[in-house]
Amino acid sequence: MAKYLLLKHYRGAPAPANDVPMEQWTPEELTAHVQYMQDFISRLEGSGEFVDSQGLSQEGTFVRYGGEGRPPVTDGPFAETKDLIAGWIAIDVESRERAFELAGELSAAPGAGGKPIYEWLEVRPFLTEAPTVTE
Amino acid sequence: MNEALLRELVPAVIGVLVRRGADFAEAEDAVQDAMVEAVRVWPDDMPQDPKGWLVTVAWRKFLDAARADTSRRRREVRVETEPSPGPGEAADDTLQLYFLCAHPSLTPASAVALTLRAVGGLTTRQIAQAYLVPEATMAQRISRAKRTVSDVRFNQRGDVATVLRVLYLVFNEGYSGDVDLAAEAIRLTRQLAAKTHHEEVAGLLALMLLHHARRAARTGPDGRLVPLAEQDRSLWDTRLIAEGVDVLQAALMRDRLGEFQAQAAVAALHADARTAAETDWVQIVEWYDELVRLTGNPVARLNRAVAVGEADGPRAGLAALAELDPSLPRYTAAAAYLHERDGDPATAARLYAQAARSAPNLPERDHLTRQAARLNAQLRT
Repeated sequence: MAKYLLLKHYRGAPAPANDVPMEQWTPEELTAHVQYMQDFISRLEGSGEFVDSQGLSQEGTFVRYGGEGRPPVTDGPFAETKDLIAGWIAIDVESRERAFELAGELSAAPGAGGKPIYEWLEVRPFLTEAPTVTE
Repeated sequence: MNEALLRELVPAVIGVLVRRGADFAEAEDAVQDAMVEAVRVWPDDMPQDPKGWLVTVAWRKFLDAARADTSRRRREVRVETEPSPGPGEAADDTLQLYFLCAHPSLTPASAVALTLRAVGGLTTRQIAQAYLVPEATMAQRISRAKRTVSDVRFNQRGDVATVLRVLYLVFNEGYSGDVDLAAEAIRLTRQLAAKTHHEEVAGLLALMLLHHARRAARTGPDGRLVPLAEQDRSLWDTRLIAEGVDVLQAALMRDRLGEFQAQAAVAALHADARTAAETDWVQIVEWYDELVRLTGNPVARLNRAVAVGEADGPRAGLAALAELDPSLPRYTAAAAYLHERDGDPATAARLYAQAARSAPNLPERDHLTRQAARLNAQLRT
């Protein structure tokens, strides 16, 4: 088994096909979207592939060391210019193909007009695969 | 409270319950419940006959559960219509349990989880911790695995090769949290070797012992990977090496060579060298030839190419490598190593950096990055 992170980008990824901002969806469309995600996670729990899932605030601030004796430097929030992560789902699956299959499924969550949003998901393997003994 | 003893008894107790008519999943649940009770009761009141105690309590748990569910009728009909299994040795039950837990209908991950629980006696929480997943996730995997094998007849003959693959997977997961999976895999393989005289079981046991013997030397105090040639050989566990070599020799005497015996032979040749320079690479190449012949495994071919590089020089190694698919795991790292030995640090540095980007784990990535950095620093001066 190998763990993968499915990263949901607010921006930074190419624009999805169904690119209507969420606040312009109908309440029913939002409810259907949220339900789809919950069902997706329940299925992962049922199949023993679920590791973790978290949503993140849209407010992201970049912070770095400000130099000796100085406060850290903060940048933002300038959400419109930054690559921001909306949240993630971590899975533990048999293969990379399975991770892609699940990401594809997640990307098909319904959005405006009840159509799939075609959301882009970044799929990244964890660096946790045990070192095999080689010589 | 002797947890090791408790875990030792698990497969035999499950076997007894199954022989009395419980199905595998029910027996497994009942034994886990009985273990929880043993952990509670034994420290104050250690039974004279721990196995008998566990069987009694587990059987009671099973009956309690059976009374509460409707499957009882089903089971009664089945027990009624099937001939009752013969008296059979408890040891045979344990062997059956190994086969069942490694059944080909299970995915490797499920087979591993089920083996650790039913044969190894680990709790779901311990297994979840070892694999860094939530306990609920591991519980699901185990119960799905149990459902998958619930229709498999317990006396069906299994495939030793599958069992060995599962045990080797457990071994390679190594170590995390409070369960040392490598030690657990060795314990289970020893148990299996005591019950069957299959030469590849001995081969795998030898391989594990020889690898395990070198574990302390394989990583530095800061967790960094130490390559074989640089390992402090005084840290190798000579007792485990001696045992591994004995087990291997006994297996090789039977003249039925298999993959694990051949791998163990390579490990034994490494363990046998007092310094890296004394390694008998010519013999190692011969064993890799056997491995390639036996398995055709591309990873064996890759390791063979590296060994050829040591035995006949880096040019020969690179020539052997050139015949292989460059997308093989660790191909680039092997190429980097051989180019460095061939006196081309610039190419080696570039390949090490490239290998680092596709490394599957942190220690390996850091090791390869460090190799690239070392060569780049050399090239600048």
